[in-house]
Amino acid sequence: MRPLVSVNKLFRVFDVSKPWLNRLLERRNKALLTAVADVSFGIPERTVYGLVGESGSGKSTIGKIIVGLLAPSSGSVEIEGVDLFREKDEGTVDRIRSDIQMIFQDPYASLNPRWKVGDIIVEPISSRGGDTVGVANKLLEQVGLSARDATKYPHEFSGGQRQRICIARALASEPKLIVCDEPTSALDVSVQAQVLNLMSDLKDDFGLTYLFISHDLTVVRHMSDTVGVLYLGRLVEEAPRDALFDGPKHPYTQMLLQAAPKLDGSVREADIPKGEIPDPINPPAGCVFNPRCPFAVDRCRKELPELRKLGDHRVACHLAE
Amino acid sequence: MVEPVLSVRGLTVEIPTRHSVLRPVDTVSFDIAAGEILGVVGESGAGKSMTGNAVIGLLDRPAHIAGGEIWLNGERIDQLKGDALRQVRGKHIGMVFQDPLTSLNPLLTIGQQLVETIQVHLDVSGAEAKNRAVNSLNEVGIPAAAERIDAYPHQFSGGMRQRVVIALALCAEPSLIIADEPTTALDVSVQAQIIALLKRLCHERGTAVMLITHDMGVIAEAADRVAVMYAGRMAELGPAREVLTKPAHPYTVGLMGSTPLASAGKERLNQIEGSMPRLDELQPGCAFSPRCPYAQHKCRIEPRPTLEAHEGRAACWLAGEVAE
Repeated sequence: MRPLVSVNKLFRVFDVSKPWLNRLLERRNKALLTAVADVSFGIPERTVYGLVGESGSGKSTIGKIIVGLLAPSSGSVEIEGVDLFREKDEGTVDRIRSDIQMIFQDPYASLNPRWKVGDIIVEPISSRGGDTVGVANKLLEQVGLSARDATKYPHEFSGGQRQRICIARALASEPKLIVCDEPTSALDVSVQAQVLNLMSDLKDDFGLTYLFISHDLTVVRHMSDTVGVLYLGRLVEEAPRDALFDGPKHPYTQMLLQAAPKLDGSVREADIPKGEIPDPINPPAGCVFNPRCPFAVDRCRKELPELRKLGDHRVACHLAE
Repeated sequence: MVEPVLSVRGLTVEIPTRHSVLRPVDTVSFDIAAGEILGVVGESGAGKSMTGNAVIGLLDRPAHIAGGEIWLNGERIDQLKGDALRQVRGKHIGMVFQDPLTSLNPLLTIGQQLVETIQVHLDVSGAEAKNRAVNSLNEVGIPAAAERIDAYPHQFSGGMRQRVVIALALCAEPSLIIADEPTTALDVSVQAQIIALLKRLCHERGTAVMLITHDMGVIAEAADRVAVMYAGRMAELGPAREVLTKPAHPYTVGLMGSTPLASAGKERLNQIEGSMPRLDELQPGCAFSPRCPYAQHKCRIEPRPTLEAHEGRAACWLAGEVAE
């Protein structure tokens, strides 16, 4: 079966150089930041794909490329077999675009304060000239707010309620895929639980597919069917949720899982992770994780490991077995 | 019993507004012993940062301490003003804030900032102060401290910057550190490093720590005891392991149920309905009663039980029954 989303050898490079005159005077070269490097994965319909990684690992960049907010430098993203950046037929592009929606991290910044909630929610339909009668009221009730809220403004709502409004807006165009970029990071734990439960329910009711981007391992574990772990723009490991959390194969995944706090209050015996994410402008040679890896051998410092299949996992490590 | 380093009794902070008087902190009592880490946990608006700021005397007007006592090493500090307060702040109480970039001066090298802090609080020569600065940077795990001391804050990464802030807080050898969300802006792997560092330094030096956070995971990793706050009041206070594994207050029960970590593998999280009431909309009776699944008539009308520093664990009429 063809996956709903397939990402093939995706690269995205940002030019972070100073202006040319400064470069000339200070004798600097161009500085290129590779935010996403050689990432390939697929998301089958009606599943949740979790992307985890620390800051600077490229997870949000991948999300933006998939919804079409950023163009890839090379490689492609196909949604239902259509590459939005190469497809010429406008009708097809428009149809696919209405199948994709996004939920952002900050529910305060992603709602227009001058619009009424009802108008915000139906914008994805009205901008395409669709029929919006009664849609907002129905969606508001589906996300656990009341139909009366349609005439209010965003400032009258709390953070959790705003995120519900964002979810209602994302659902308005009846999308197949919703890209959720840290949807609960700005929320308190008890509100986060409400929003996560709502998202799970809606997924079943509407038959949605989620790309769930988060730095929070516990949230990703709760929501995802398959999890991909990013490090410095590269996919270092991918596996079904339980396989990944119970038996991580890449040393970075192992380190990340050990570093995550446990609730049982047990005294940590594992080593504390060393170092921090290196500078993405000058990534280390060989495997990008080698400077922090406790197992690194000579080969890791010279040769970039391919993502290879290993049981249920896909791992980019020379030593994993 | 050993005299606690910090002892807070019935602390109340009030903010007068045009319509009413808000109480972001309401009769809060707790102790922190030397070498102990007290985790203060709660959702945004629960009053945890306000409590920390009240202790170090950093309340912004019109917020002010309206009642209660704060004792540091047997000395009452809540009524200090001006110079006397400045003596306590920094020398006896160190502070670590959430965002390491905004708590360092971008125009001064970290060495200048450390030396300044040391010389304000300790009577030492410039050379000696610099020596101490290098030592404290070494201690917080900054590699090549002697060279890095002349670097500016922007030349450090987030985790390293937070280490510098911790070095700053510790350099005058205070007896209490208030760490307000010290790891919230950091990545998981760096967070683990910073927590381990805080724990090690406090146990070695016998510094008391008030660790303010919203993250139950951080509490589980670091805290010896934990205080759970809700709507400005103390909901539960007890040894960390007990509070996390056998919560007694219905709010703590709900908070633990909402944490994906605690309910790994479950299809749904046990959510608490509703959200924390605004301070001007507090009901008489227990503040949590509108959201509490166990609430009875008594909870809605009788003034809620106050939690004393030593007796009892949960400020709840039904504490014993809920735990079952």
